[in-house]
Amino acid sequence: MKTSRWLPLALFVALAALLAAGVWMSRKPDRDVLPSPLIGKPAPEFALPVLHDPQHTVRLADLRGQPFLLNVWGSWCVECRVEHPVLTRFAETKRLRVVGYNWKDEPADALRWLEQFGNPFWLVLADVEGRAAIDWGIYGAPETFLVDGAGIIRWKHVGPLTDAVIADELMPALQQVEAAR
Amino acid sequence: MRFVLALLLSLAALLASMPAWAQANQQADAAPLQFRDAAEETRFHALATELRCVMCQNQSLADSNALIALELRREVLDLMRAGKSDGQVKEHLVQRYGEFVLYKPRVEGRTWLLWLGPALVLLAGAVLVVVLVRRKSAQPLPRNDEPQEW
Repeated sequence: MKTSRWLPLALFVALAALLAAGVWMSRKPDRDVLPSPLIGKPAPEFALPVLHDPQHTVRLADLRGQPFLLNVWGSWCVECRVEHPVLTRFAETKRLRVVGYNWKDEPADALRWLEQFGNPFWLVLADVEGRAAIDWGIYGAPETFLVDGAGIIRWKHVGPLTDAVIADELMPALQQVEAAR
Repeated sequence: MRFVLALLLSLAALLASMPAWAQANQQADAAPLQFRDAAEETRFHALATELRCVMCQNQSLADSNALIALELRREVLDLMRAGKSDGQVKEHLVQRYGEFVLYKPRVEGRTWLLWLGPALVLLAGAVLVVVLVRRKSAQPLPRNDEPQEW
């Protein structure tokens, strides 16, 4: 009977450890963020009109050669406004091309938004229907992808960019991309 | 002893109730999707309830009103019409959004514990109960004047 006396305690400790592990593993504030299965894979092919010149279509192949940052935004997206000054500051460093991905937006609204807050983008693609976004695994704005010169997705961030995210995640990823070339 | 049994029973009850969390309740589709016939609609709803909305992560694709859920429902219907099987439609989404979109993860190296875990815990509990009961019944019954442990 000696062992069974300690059994409930042992079970309780085991259960408590399991629950504590669960709490510990979900401590990150961005625990809802999905890891993209596309990291390390070729960026999906697309052919999207340019926001400022809808007659002109840009394909992935047109962007190859140099790494670029793809930032998903919309004029309807509140968090994009929060992110906008951070992105603008980063774009002004001219470290790499910042391509805007205007997602499910009215072109007129998007243009007005850029006029009002400033256009940090080297180029803005317009995906009014949101079809091409599915291939990118985009599920909310803002999202940001780092694509290398060979067209491979190297990094993704879901949610607004912050200076900390740029310094701690994007810059090391970018340095890795540049070192590999 | 009774405490152990109660603990095991409540654990078993907890495990038995787990699939209920994963089950999404069927709900009328808000998106104006046009179905060709009842069979297509039934198949679509069956598929959409097995896919998780990536934005509002505790709702199925069928239930969610998120922007992206609307898009993905349209995509699923288009893929179905393009002659893709249910498996191919799921694979299409998994390639883009990851395993997370599946309410029922596939049985593979990483997920076998998830699938077999409840059965293993139940089995361990049954073994424990049998061992304890055997050991108990092998002992002579305690006399009434002896202090009981439990």
